[in-house]
Amino acid sequence: MSKTRSAPVKQYARFKSPSDRLFDAGNITFMLLLVIVTLYPFLNTLAVSFNEAVDSVKGGIYLWPRAFTWENYHYVFNEATIFHATLISVLRTVIGTVASVFCCAMVAYTISRPEYVLRKFVSLAFILTMYFSGGLIPNFLLIRELGMIGTFAVYIIPGLIGVFNIIVIRSFIEALPEGILESARIDGAGEFATFLKVVLPLCIPVLATVSLFSAVGQWNSWFDVFLYNSSYKELSTLQYELMKILQNSNTSLNTGQDFASQFANSESGANRVTPTSIRATMTIVASVPIILVYPFLQKYFVKGMTLGGVKG
Amino acid sequence: MRDIEPLSPAQVDALPLPPGRKSFFKKLVQQKTLVFMSVPFLIWLFIFKYMPLWGWTIAFQDFRANRKVFDQHWVGWKHFKFLFQDEHFFLVLRNTLAMSFINLVLGFFTAITLAILLNELRNIAFKRVVQTISYLPHFISWVVAASIISTVLSADGGIINELLMAVGLIKEPILWLGVGKYFWGILGASEVWKNVGWNTIIYLAAITTIDPAQYEAAEIDGAGRFQRIWHVTVPGLKPVFIILLIMNIGSLLESGFEPQYLLGNGMNVDYSENLDIFVLKYGIQMGNFSLSIAAGMFKTVVSFILLFSANHIAKRLGEDRLF
Repeated sequence: MSKTRSAPVKQYARFKSPSDRLFDAGNITFMLLLVIVTLYPFLNTLAVSFNEAVDSVKGGIYLWPRAFTWENYHYVFNEATIFHATLISVLRTVIGTVASVFCCAMVAYTISRPEYVLRKFVSLAFILTMYFSGGLIPNFLLIRELGMIGTFAVYIIPGLIGVFNIIVIRSFIEALPEGILESARIDGAGEFATFLKVVLPLCIPVLATVSLFSAVGQWNSWFDVFLYNSSYKELSTLQYELMKILQNSNTSLNTGQDFASQFANSESGANRVTPTSIRATMTIVASVPIILVYPFLQKYFVKGMTLGGVKG
Repeated sequence: MRDIEPLSPAQVDALPLPPGRKSFFKKLVQQKTLVFMSVPFLIWLFIFKYMPLWGWTIAFQDFRANRKVFDQHWVGWKHFKFLFQDEHFFLVLRNTLAMSFINLVLGFFTAITLAILLNELRNIAFKRVVQTISYLPHFISWVVAASIISTVLSADGGIINELLMAVGLIKEPILWLGVGKYFWGILGASEVWKNVGWNTIIYLAAITTIDPAQYEAAEIDGAGRFQRIWHVTVPGLKPVFIILLIMNIGSLLESGFEPQYLLGNGMNVDYSENLDIFVLKYGIQMGNFSLSIAAGMFKTVVSFILLFSANHIAKRLGEDRLF
């Protein structure tokens, strides 16, 4: 009965009234504007980064470089500070993400086991921390007392576990068919083997989401460098170097502390690069890895967000 | 009254454990792998999440880093009293609340509008492309975003100034980040630019749960496009909206840190400095840990109260709760 009635409704829906068409046209125009507003600043920065520094000073660079050059990239990648900072950024992203995701998954697995006696206690201990935090200074004092200032470990260990990640992974594990875990246990696999060989591979979709969040967080963070390692040059990261350049260009009084202005004033850099061109180039270098990765993980993080939003 | 003889250790050992505890320990031994897989992280949790709470005691001391823990001088509510008599603190509080409020209202309005408009797109491929592009700014760091924003707003060839001059709205370029009263607006717009696409995800997910029969029924009743949006889509988003509102009210004092810090400068400091920057300034840069922690504590406690009140109100209104 309902089937026979729904057919004419659908046909009716296909008919577009003039006001409908107007709405669609307006909507599409709005979306195109949104795309332009979102992308233009990136494309403009990209154009400046490929334009000769001295020429950029004249202004008028919009979407395309006027005097094309690789020079800015050449200088940025040949500068030891930036090369090293990029290396640290990559290291903290890889190590931090792998360690964090593995540990979160492990905790999530234990609290997804209904028979685990500490399940409630562990869950509660973790979830409680979502509602308070010691704050900036107590955390700083703790890190100092632990002797972690000036170490690489400060990028990995204090942020090892994210409660939100645990919740998302646990929900995913709980939704797995129970039979799979049962059969692994009947085959004689221990808890850890079950986790490693059965649960982890099944969790790849959710682990992809959590890894993306974790990797983006690691790659983008500069505040921990600023707070704990600002006087340890060998532990500086790309974002922190960019942040220093930005801070100096924001204050009209250029203190010449950052590498871009030092470089622009140096003999080899003079008249060839400017702080503006280096900033544009580093902005691109700092965002390209993310731009290349996130579109491919879209379907995962959309699911992860929805799940986290509903449960979290 | 008769004295009860204390039991000797041997007698204690011989006593049977209460059945609950016995099976608890037995189970704990049985599940030792699970214990090994989670207890190390409980220790981590204790050190990095619970131990810093001890630092709150510093707010009640005249903390000197060179004194030992038990030699610190206790001063009661002194730092809190100072804080609530400090004009600067109220300025910072005003900025925090203003920016939070602007972000809250603008954030909800733009994300819900964009989600509804995206949902109305008929070409699925186009919709997907727009969505993917709209997520982009969310993933880049605030450092990159701030760099881009300050370029766009630059008085020296920034696109905003050029556009406004081209249409004749202004004659001279404006130093946008150099005028305090523009800062809240710039921050609100930056937050929208960065997060509006991302924030639509949850609303779009909520829209997919609306029963299509409702749209058909509305159509049969002669509802136009706008009426269907207003009477079917918008009510369908209400539960999600309420949950997110509760969560956001809980973080009303969290107006963000990075954008204000990165876009703030000496010229707009009266509008850009918020609680988090205040804490950083007093704590790390001036070394006044006690005052800084007092301000941080104030923030945490108020947030906690706000969250629970909002949750309670939502419960009484019969809406979905957070917990």
